[in-house]
Amino acid sequence: MTEFSFLIPLLPLFSFVMIIFFLRWKEMLSAVFSIVMILAAWVMSIIVLIETIARHGDNYEAFYKFVDLPNFVLEIGVLIDPLTAIMLVVVTTVGACVEIYSVGYMHNDPRFSRFFAYLSLFLFSMLGLVVANNFFMIFIFWELVGLTSYLLIGFWFEKKSAADACKKAFITTRMGDLGFLVGLFIIGIYFGTFNYLRVFDIAGSGMIPAGILTAAAIFVFCGAVGKSAQWPLHVWLPDAMEGPTPVSALIHAATMVAAGVYLVARSMPLFVTSGDASMVVAIIGLITSFIAASIGLVQNDIKRVLAYSTVSQLGYMIMALGLYGYDHFHGQHSPGFYAGTFHLYTHAFFKGLLFLGAGSVIHAVHTNDIQEMGGLGRKMKKTALTFMIASLSIAGIFPLSGFWSKDEIVAAASHHPVFFIGTLTIAFMTAFYMWRLCFLTFFGEPRDQHRYDHAHESPNNMTYPLIFLAVLSVCAGWVGVPYLSHGFASFVFHDEAYHPHPNYLLWAVSTIVGGGGIILAYLMYYKKSISADAMANRFKRIYKLLYNKWYFDEIYQKILIDPVMSIASFMWKFDANVIDGAVNGTGWLTIKWSDIKEWFDTWIVDGAVNGTGWIVRQGANILRFLQTGSMQFYALFIAALVVLFGIYRFETSMMEGDEPIFTIGFIIAVVLLAVAAKLLQGRPQTDRQAESEE
Amino acid sequence: MLFYLSLAAVLFAVGLFGVLTRRNTIGILMSLELMFNAANINFVAFNKYVWADGLIGQMFAVFIVVVAAAEAVVGLAIVLLLYRNWQGIDTDHVSVMKW
Amino acid sequence: MAEPGIVFWILAVVTVASAVMVVTLKNIFHCALALILCLFSVAGIYILLNAEFLAAAQVLIYVGAVAILMIFAIMLTSNLASKAIRQSNEQVMVGTVVSVLFCGGMLALIYLTDKAIVSEETGVAFWRQVRGTLPADNVASLGGYLMTKFMLPFEVVSVLLLAAMIGAIVLARKEKA
Repeated sequence: MTEFSFLIPLLPLFSFVMIIFFLRWKEMLSAVFSIVMILAAWVMSIIVLIETIARHGDNYEAFYKFVDLPNFVLEIGVLIDPLTAIMLVVVTTVGACVEIYSVGYMHNDPRFSRFFAYLSLFLFSMLGLVVANNFFMIFIFWELVGLTSYLLIGFWFEKKSAADACKKAFITTRMGDLGFLVGLFIIGIYFGTFNYLRVFDIAGSGMIPAGILTAAAIFVFCGAVGKSAQWPLHVWLPDAMEGPTPVSALIHAATMVAAGVYLVARSMPLFVTSGDASMVVAIIGLITSFIAASIGLVQNDIKRVLAYSTVSQLGYMIMALGLYGYDHFHGQHSPGFYAGTFHLYTHAFFKGLLFLGAGSVIHAVHTNDIQEMGGLGRKMKKTALTFMIASLSIAGIFPLSGFWSKDEIVAAASHHPVFFIGTLTIAFMTAFYMWRLCFLTFFGEPRDQHRYDHAHESPNNMTYPLIFLAVLSVCAGWVGVPYLSHGFASFVFHDEAYHPHPNYLLWAVSTIVGGGGIILAYLMYYKKSISADAMANRFKRIYKLLYNKWYFDEIYQKILIDPVMSIASFMWKFDANVIDGAVNGTGWLTIKWSDIKEWFDTWIVDGAVNGTGWIVRQGANILRFLQTGSMQFYALFIAALVVLFGIYRFETSMMEGDEPIFTIGFIIAVVLLAVAAKLLQGRPQTDRQAESEE
Repeated sequence: MLFYLSLAAVLFAVGLFGVLTRRNTIGILMSLELMFNAANINFVAFNKYVWADGLIGQMFAVFIVVVAAAEAVVGLAIVLLLYRNWQGIDTDHVSVMKW
Repeated sequence: MAEPGIVFWILAVVTVASAVMVVTLKNIFHCALALILCLFSVAGIYILLNAEFLAAAQVLIYVGAVAILMIFAIMLTSNLASKAIRQSNEQVMVGTVVSVLFCGGMLALIYLTDKAIVSEETGVAFWRQVRGTLPADNVASLGGYLMTKFMLPFEVVSVLLLAAMIGAIVLARKEKA
C-alpha cells in the first residue's frame, strides 16, 4: 500500500474536482462524496502507517523527474518515513472528523457544496505537503495551503471582518513565505538539489559553510514562522477565527499551522548543523508561546482564546524542536525532537476537539463571547464533557495525551533554565485560561438567559466526531509513554532513537503547575473567591496590555502599515499628480491637437471638398441658364460653335498675331448677346399680353 | 460655279437665321426647307461643274427631296400634336425641358 | 467657265429675297407664300444647272406637296394666320450675327478654296475642270440609275416614306378618349 501512497493526496483532489464540476448542485451528495474520499485516504494512511511500522521506520521514496536538466532536477514524488506516516494519519483523522462535523455545522449554508470542495482542496494541499519528497514540491503545496486557507477563512466573505481576516492571513503568511523562498534559493544554489535526503546528506557532510547553513535554516524557518503563526507573524491566526469553526479546527489547530512545525521537524537535519539557527528557532518559539498564552488569559472570544492557545502550543513545539537542534549541535542528547513531534501529534487531536466543541457551543448559542455564556454544561452534556477532557489534556493532567507530550517538552527544556521556567509558566497559564474558558462556558449561572434558553445539544453528526476525538485526546498519548520500549520515541526520531525514561520529579512539577492553573481558574471563575475584576483592576496596565494583545496589531499598524500606507499615499499622490498629470497632459495635448486637426478638417479639408461642391453648384447655377429647354437656343449654339471654329481656323492660319482676338471677341459677343437674349426672355409674356390686348 | 455656291451659302444662312429666330414652329420648318434647298443647289452645281459622271449629285438631291418631304410630313404631324397639347405652336410653349 | 447669265442673277435675287421674306415676315401665311416663290426660283436654278428632273420634282413635291401641306398645317393649327404678330423670338440679334458670320465664313471658304486648290498643270482650281460629261437625256439616265445603281437606296427611301407616313398618322391621330 505504501507504493500507492501518492494516491492519498489525490483522493481529496478528485473529490474537489468532482464537487466543483459535477456535484455542486447536489449538496448532500457532494458532502458524502468528499467524506468518503477522506475516509478512504484515512484508511490508506493507517495502512501506510502500519506498513511503515512493519518496516521499522525505513524510508520509502518514489519520485518522478518532471524537470530533468543536466545540473538541475525537479522531482515530484513521495517520501514516506515515520514522521510522514504519523502526519498523514493525523491530517486525515482530523480532516475526516471535521468533514463529518461540518455536515451538521454548515447545514443551510448557501455555499454548502463549495465548503466541502474547499475542504477537499485543503486536504489535498496538506497531504501533498506532507508526502512531498523535496523542498520545491513542499513549497508548491505550502502555497496551495495558503490559498485554501485564504478561501476558507474568507468563506463568509460577505462579512467585512472575514474578508479582512483572510487578506490579513494571506498577506502575513506571505511574509514568511518570502523568507522560505529565499531559503529555497539558497538550498537550490548551494546544495544543487531540492530532494530532502540529498540536501540533508550534503548538509551533514560539512561541505557547506556554516554561515550558509545558518542562513538556509533561518530562512526556511521563516516559512514556518508565517505558517505556524509564530511571533512576530502570529497576528493573523486569531483574526482567522472569522472563518467557519470547522475551518478553524482543521486549519488552525490540527493541520495547516502544524505545517510549520512539520517543516521544522522535516528539516531538522538542516537545523542541527547550525546551533545559532536552532537557538533562534527556540527563542522565537518561547517568545511566541509566552506572548500568546498571556494574551489568552484575558480574551473573551471563545475562539480567540483557542487561537492564542494554538499559537502558544505551536510555539511550544517550535521551541522544543529548536532546543533539540541546539542540543544536538552541541552533542547532547535531547528529547526535543521527539517531544515536538509528539506534541504536534497529540495537540492535533485535542485542539481539534476544542475547536469543534467551541463550534458546537457557538452553534448552540450563536455568539463567541464567553461572557454571554455560562451553565451550558447542563444543556450540552456531550459537548461539555468532551471539551473538558480536551482541556484537561491540554493542561497536561495525568494520564491524558497532553500530559505525555507536554512533559517531554518540559523535559527537553529542563537543561536550559530560562526555557524551563518559561515552559512551566506557559503550562500554568495554559491550564488557567483553558479552565477559565471551561468554567465560564459550562458552569455557573447563565449570564444571558435568552441565549441559554435557546441552547441545545448539537446533532449526532457533530457530537460523534467530538466523542471520537475525545477518545483520541485521552488515548493518543499512550503510544509515547516512557514505559514502552518501542513507543513513539523509537519510531519518530532524528539521527538516533531517544529512549525516554520516567522522570517522576518532572511529572510532579508539571502536574502541580497544571493543577495550580486549574485551581486558580476554579477559584476565580467558579467559586468567585478571588474576584477577576479586582485582579484586572489591580493589574490594570498588564490587563490592558494583554487584553489588547500586547498592542501588536497597533504596533504593526504604526510601524509597518502606516509607513507603507503613507508611502503608498505619497506614491498615489505622485501617481495622481505627476504620472496622471503626464498622462492627462498627453491626453490634453492629444485633444487639443485633434481639435486643431478637427478645425483643419472642418475648414480646410471639408472646405476643399465642400468648396468643390460649392463651385460645382454655383457653376451649375450659372450654367443651368444654358439649359433653356429652347431648341432654338441649342441650335444657336451649334451654329455659333461652327462659326467659332471657322473663325479660329481662319485666324490662326491666315492672319498674323499670337492672340486669336477675333475668336475671343466673337465668343464675348455671342455670350453677351445670348445673356441679353435670355434677360429679355420674360418679355414674350408681356408682349403676348400686350398683343392680345390689341 | 462660285456664284451657285455663293447663292447656296446665302440661302443656307438665311434658313439658319430663320431656324434660330422664328417663334412659330411651322416657320422653323419652312426655314429648314430653305436649308435643304441650299444643300440641293450645291449638289446639283457640283454635279454639273465638277463630277458629271453618273449623275451622283442629282441622285443625292433627289433623295434629299424625298427625305425632306418625309421630314415635312412628320414635322407637321408633330406640329399638329403640339397644337393639340398646348393650344399653340410657338417654341416658347415647348421649352419644358429647361432647368 | 462662263459668267452666269442674267437669268441666274434674276433667279438668285428672287430666291434670296423670297427666302429673307420667309424668315422675316410677320404673317406666317405670307411666309408660306414666299416659300413657294423661293422654291420656284430654286427650281429655276436647277434647270440652269441641267437638272430638269430635279426641277420638276422640286415643283411637284415642294411646291405642290410640302408647301400646300404647310399651308394646311397653318390653317389647321393656328388662328393667328391673319394676325400680324411678331414672329421672331428674342434671339434675333445674336441669330443675325451668327447667321451673317456663318454666311461670311462659308463665302470666304468658297473663295479661299477656289484660290487655294490650284492645279499645277493648268493654273486654275482643279474643281473647275469637269470630269466626265453630263448625259444629254438627264431624266432617262436618272431613271436608269435609280433602277440599277441606286436600287437599294431607292427601296430604302420608299420604306422611309412609308415609315414617315405611318409616323405622321400615328402622331396626328386623335387620342381615343
